[in-house]
Amino acid sequence: MRPFAFETPASLDEALRRAGDDTQFLAGGTTLVDLMKLEVMTPSRLLDIGRLPLRGIRVHGHTLHIGAGERMSDVAGHDLVVRSFPVIAEALRLSASPQVRNMATIGGNLLQRTRCGYFRDTATPCNKRDPGSGCPAIHGENRTHAILGTSDDCAATHPSDLAVALVALDASVHLASRDGTRRVRLADFYHLPGRTPHVEHDRSPGELMTAVTVPALPWARRSTYVKVRDRSSYEFALTSVALALDLHGGTIRAARVAAGGVATRPWRLSAVERALTGRPARLETYEVAAAHAAEGARPLTHNGFKPELLRRTVVRALVELGGRA
Amino acid sequence: MDETRQADQAVGGGVTRRGLLAGTAVAAGAAAGPAGTTAAPADRAVDVTLTVNGRAKSLRLDPRVTLLDTLRDRLGLTGTKKGCDRGQCGACTVHVDGRRVLSCLTLAASVSGRRVTTIEGLADGGRLHPVQQAFVDCDGFQCGFCTPGQIMSAAALVTEGHTGSDHEIREYMSGNICRCGAYPNIVAAVRAVAG
Repeated sequence: MRPFAFETPASLDEALRRAGDDTQFLAGGTTLVDLMKLEVMTPSRLLDIGRLPLRGIRVHGHTLHIGAGERMSDVAGHDLVVRSFPVIAEALRLSASPQVRNMATIGGNLLQRTRCGYFRDTATPCNKRDPGSGCPAIHGENRTHAILGTSDDCAATHPSDLAVALVALDASVHLASRDGTRRVRLADFYHLPGRTPHVEHDRSPGELMTAVTVPALPWARRSTYVKVRDRSSYEFALTSVALALDLHGGTIRAARVAAGGVATRPWRLSAVERALTGRPARLETYEVAAAHAAEGARPLTHNGFKPELLRRTVVRALVELGGRA
Repeated sequence: MDETRQADQAVGGGVTRRGLLAGTAVAAGAAAGPAGTTAAPADRAVDVTLTVNGRAKSLRLDPRVTLLDTLRDRLGLTGTKKGCDRGQCGACTVHVDGRRVLSCLTLAASVSGRRVTTIEGLADGGRLHPVQQAFVDCDGFQCGFCTPGQIMSAAALVTEGHTGSDHEIREYMSGNICRCGAYPNIVAAVRAVAG
């Protein structure tokens, strides 16, 4: 690990005043400390925000508000979240391990870096880590890589399960800096890699994520997160689906669907949502809708199984939530 | 001067094997810096206070030092194991303020002022913690390397209450890898304590 200065700002204002191009905010540390050991990330200063009051899980005028410093395990087990937004609780419960969930924060989860093996290995090129150096994954080990939203320069998946659930729910993130605060829809927050895979999101180094808000969606009480992976626990997704259904008398009035493990950012499946809307909740509807799931997919040499696996994951989530009838 | 050696002298008045090894490791660590990297400038060292197994400890540390290395190399508490050192195996599991966490991904400076419990602090005097006793009774280990982490994780799990079924126990123990494959007996031990 490269040397760095460790600073403990006493307030949010002080943290924002001290933040700059050479700093990283330290929250749970499960991404940052790992990547600093690998020397993938080499900040000269760490600002420890672990004690700042970025907490709270509450409802304001039907909007769910989660402090960015809340731990994954606390949000996953919170009554309000479990009852009103089960898709969030399930996405968190199926992430990482209990120890990691006790450490990692909501803000850190949304800002975690890709698990692409080339990104994590400083002995290999990577356009995300070292812009312009090349992408060995495109023709190399790419079984777990993305099939949607890729470019010739990067096919790394976004690893967060929580982000997939939040994009399905049209959540926003709140950012604070010396210049004030702003709110960004999470779906717009993440960038496609394009020619600049190192620019991952709409956050400047001086900005701190302070909260996530989820707009009211009463029918999200009927929601779920299905995750398919190489082992049944403590593993990242090969494919995953966040799903919420507004069911009335056997008809789907509205649906929210997003996919993980398959794209360079959390991927809303709008075509699937449209194909479900107004249709009867039965297997035939699910199959027709799921056929749109991997539209535009561009499989690589070793992940040609993903379009079909994604389609099946969508069907499974629909059967679990909507029934077979 | 390092606290470990002072503590050993204060307690035993002589040189123990563990104390000698720990002292040597500290000396080597001080010269080479953590994980063989270059030493940090002295002005970057941070003062850290920890309550470890009920005893207050004050240390001056390179900010790069993890809680795991602090426990093992500075405080001589080698029960906590270094497996992968990158958050993937669970061998380094300890409790911070009563919650199970990975000490290998925790910078010691970030938990200053907090309460740390390691495997050495789990027993109540001479009486084993119920989870420790259950691991003995159910033969919940083979080589033993992952066992301190398994036990710290299981002790927290019993408190958390996610022990409703074998499936749930397996899910909530998934952060602890056992390469000997003692899993069936580990699940049996957790089930025995959960009742």
